[in-house]
This record gives sequence, structure tokens and C-alpha cells, in this order.
Amino acid sequence: MSRPDVTNAPYLKLDHIAKSFQRGASSTEVLRDINLSIADGEYVAIIGHSGCGKSTLLNIIAGLTPVSSGAVLLENQEVNSPGPDRAVVFQNHSLLPWLTVYENVALAVNKVFGSRKSRAERDAWIRHNLALVHMTHALDKRPSEISGGMKQRVGIARALAMEPKILLLDEPFGALDALTRAHLQDSVMEIHARLKNTMIMITHDVDEAVLLSDRIVMMTNGPAATIGEVMEVPLERPRKRLDLVEDPTYTHARAGVLEFLYARHKAPSIAA
Amino acid sequence: MATAKLKTAIDGGVRPDQPKPGPQTAEIIPLKRAEEGALRRQAGRFGAWILVSVLPPMLTVALLLLIWQLAFSGPGATLPPPSTVWKEAHDLILQPFYWAGSQDIGLGWRVLTSLQRVAIGFGLAAVVGVAVGSIIGQSIWAMRGLDPVFQVLRTVPPLAWLPISLAAFRDANPSAIFVIFITAIWPIIINTAVGIRNIPQDYRNVAAVLRLNSAEFFLKIMLPGAAPYIFTGLRIGIGLSWLAIVAAEMLTGGVGIGFFIWDAWNSSRLPDIVVALLYIGLVGFILDKFVAAAGRFVTRGTAAS
Repeated sequence: MSRPDVTNAPYLKLDHIAKSFQRGASSTEVLRDINLSIADGEYVAIIGHSGCGKSTLLNIIAGLTPVSSGAVLLENQEVNSPGPDRAVVFQNHSLLPWLTVYENVALAVNKVFGSRKSRAERDAWIRHNLALVHMTHALDKRPSEISGGMKQRVGIARALAMEPKILLLDEPFGALDALTRAHLQDSVMEIHARLKNTMIMITHDVDEAVLLSDRIVMMTNGPAATIGEVMEVPLERPRKRLDLVEDPTYTHARAGVLEFLYARHKAPSIAA
Repeated sequence: MATAKLKTAIDGGVRPDQPKPGPQTAEIIPLKRAEEGALRRQAGRFGAWILVSVLPPMLTVALLLLIWQLAFSGPGATLPPPSTVWKEAHDLILQPFYWAGSQDIGLGWRVLTSLQRVAIGFGLAAVVGVAVGSIIGQSIWAMRGLDPVFQVLRTVPPLAWLPISLAAFRDANPSAIFVIFITAIWPIIINTAVGIRNIPQDYRNVAAVLRLNSAEFFLKIMLPGAAPYIFTGLRIGIGLSWLAIVAAEMLTGGVGIGFFIWDAWNSSRLPDIVVALLYIGLVGFILDKFVAAAGRFVTRGTAAS
């Protein structure tokens, strides 16, 4: 049911991806027949109930989980191992607790640009990326000394600093309170508008998906989940949270996702 | 200048319809109060520290000395009471670093000789232990192969290794160092392995996305990630080393606090032994605190997350 193609040439192409996990003699099919093309600069949200394999799909794109069959093509090159061209913002920030905010970003920058940029250039680049997420005031703080929202900001800065072709966000705001979450969503929109990078975000928040994405990929329930529907969100950018509340396009898109998730593909526990 | 500024600051904080406070009170009293307060707080903190950390152990020691004095003051006492120890061995306490010939030296020198052996043996054990522990923590096959062997070897008492190492090295000093090494290494290996196995998958994912090579992964993720566990192992290891060196030196002879005890026993100088025990206890205590402090310094932040 996936859209055959987008107007631009596919930047990232998921080609007949399937994934099964083997445990002893039994094997569980988690994903089957995933086909998706994503254009350069597009913001795509993947939404689905818990256990539908959306995190597995993100890990496959990141190269952290190998596919059972099919392939991930980035600019027509197969990618099957992790790399800084597909930077991940992890759900629980994954900052190294023994490094400061600055050092956490520096670890990535020094590894990715160690041979290409001078020390001063790298320092400027680290500060630039932390400025993008408004975290320059806490350069010398350790992760344990800053709030959850701030940690996630640093996680985003670390990912951005790798200058990835694709930024993968794995439920980046899932662990945050509603206000912090809204704040970070605005930051991500601002960054996306500014850098025009390709972003794929896993979420289970309908409003978040509609607010941020160009397209919403809706997954059917597992086991053997696949893409149920892909919905276009034809809202003008920049988008303003408050203006959208009454916007008919917004409410229509929101209703579409809700209808998919709660009428046609109820969570297994609700259906049972 | 300063008083003028202060005055303006205070005046600025007062609503204009209220009577302004006299300059005297505004200029002097707040400053004096703040200073006095800080001093008093500092003195109070020092007093609290004395009360909480110094006084209780002092009382315990005084009580123990009293009991000891009373118990061994009778005519048939087998051990010297504290007063006799002080009378006969106070030179050992007061002059730890005198030097009067190769066997007539202060206990400080003997402790330093023993510490040197511990430093070499424990240092080797730390390096080898962390390296081997990393391999076991990282590779499931290394764990399957090595862990059972280590579990058996680590139960061998330190001194049981001494005859074998004497036979192998044919010299007292390397044998003693080997005994330290083999005693200290097991807790270091086991704790390092556990620490590395407990590194969260998230950190491994970060390393994978960054494509860290194995050397970078070891230095930047594994060592700091497992540091709290490694330091637990090191702390147990240094304690065991200090336990083993005294026993090993009793048997190998030469210069060292262990041999001093053995020598004192053979010439019936019981007060000297008591003083030596005191030294051993204090040095062991300092070693433990030292490794613990090093651990706290290195792992700051890690434990708090």
C-alpha cells in the first residue's frame, strides 16, 4: 500500500525489508515487506502501536540490526552497518555519563571530522551545534546535572554534529513531560527548517506526528507488521502549534491517523 | 567607595515612603553579621566533624586500651599490656625512619619495603586483571573457557602459591611479588568482566554509529563505563595484597614488615609485634582509602547517573 515514489529521486529507499528473530528452532517474523522511498529533506514520522516493530525498523535503517531480507539503499548504495551518515537520537538520550555536555558532542565531532577539520574548527563546530539546541550555557555540566529535556537536546546536538545524511529519531521526546516535549518539537522544526536535513522519527504521539512530518507512515500491528498506510500532511511550513489547532487540514490529518490506529488497527491488548 | 555603593544599594531597596535607615546601621551591621555568621558556620562545621567522625573512634580506642591494660596487668599475663608496649617499644612508634645498620631500621622503612613489593605485584595485577577481565567481559567464548578455571584458581589461598613460586623464581623477592599478583588479580578480573558485561547497549550503539575502532571503544567506552566495577575490584585486590604480603614475608625473610614480626616472635619481643600490627592496620586502612578516593575521582559523574 506504500506510495510508489515521491516526486524527487528516492534519497533513502527501503526495498522489501523483512526481519525475523530466531530463538532456537522457533522464529518470529517482526517485519515483512517494508517498501518506502524518502526524498532528500523530507520529514517522515513512523507511527504504530507498541510492539509493531517500528523501533526495529529504525534500527535497521541505522544499521544496528541486520535485515533478514531486502535492503536499505541510501543514495543508491546499500547500507548494512551503522555509520555517522545515519545519526541516531536515542530514546533515552544515551549520553555518556562520565563526559561533560561539550565532551559528549566532541567525541562525535572528533571521530567524524578528526582528519578533516582543525582543532579550532572542531571546537567552533561543537559550540555551533550546541548553540542550535540552546545548550551553550551548560557546556561543562555532566548529564546527571541537567534535566531530561536538556539531555535530549544534547543528544540531538551530538547527532546533528555528525552532519548526517539522515537523522533518525527514536521516540526522542517519549520520556519528557508535555511542556518540555512541545518546546523540543519546536526546536526540531526550527532545526529542520534551517538545515533542510532528512529526518525519520519514530513516535506514538499522533499530534507530534502531524505537527512535524511531511508524511506519516502508519504501521499495522505485529507480529509480521508492515506499512499499512502512508499519509501526506500538506501543511505549509513554518508551522505554528497554536494556528494549527483550528486548521482543517491539521484536524483532518489527525483524524486520519487516529482512525487508522484506533478503528482499523487497534492495539492487540485493546482488541483482545 | 564601597560604603557609598552599599548605601545606595540598600537605599534602592527601600520604598521611598518609608523612613530611610541611618547610614551607620546600613553600612556596618550587615557586613559584620555576615562575617561573623560565616566564621561561626565554619567553626560549627568543624565542631560537628569532631563530634561525628573523631570523637567516637577515640572513645572506642581509649576503652579498648583500658580493657587491655586491666586484662594483662596481672602477674601471670601472657601478653604485654599497653603500658609495657609503650615502655619497651616507643622508639618504634616515635622514630619510624631511623637507620642503624641493615637489620636495625625503623618500621617506616620496613613498611616502605613491603609497600614496594605490593606496588609492583598489585600494579601488574591491575594491568593484567583489567586486560583479561575486558576480554572475558567482551567475549562470550572467552568467558565460557576461562571463567570456570578462574573460579577454581581464585579459591587457592595466597600462601599455597608460595612454594610453587619459590621453586619457579628461586628467589624470595620475586616470589613474594608473585604471591601478591596472584592474590590480587582474581577480584580485579571478575569485577572488570562484570562491569564490561553491564555496559548498557545504548553506549555500544553510540560507539557503533560513530564507528569507533576497538582501541577507541576500549579507551572511551569500555574503561570509563566499567570504571565503578573496576575500582571495586581494585579495592578488594589491594586489601588482599596487604593481607598476603605480611604472610609471604614471614616465610621469605629479608626486609619487610612481615619478616619483622617473625623475627620479633623468634626473639620474644612481643611489644614490637604489637607496634608492627598497629602499623600494618594503619597502612592497610590508608591503602583502602587511597584506592577508594582514586575511584571516586576517576568515576565522578558516572555513579550519579
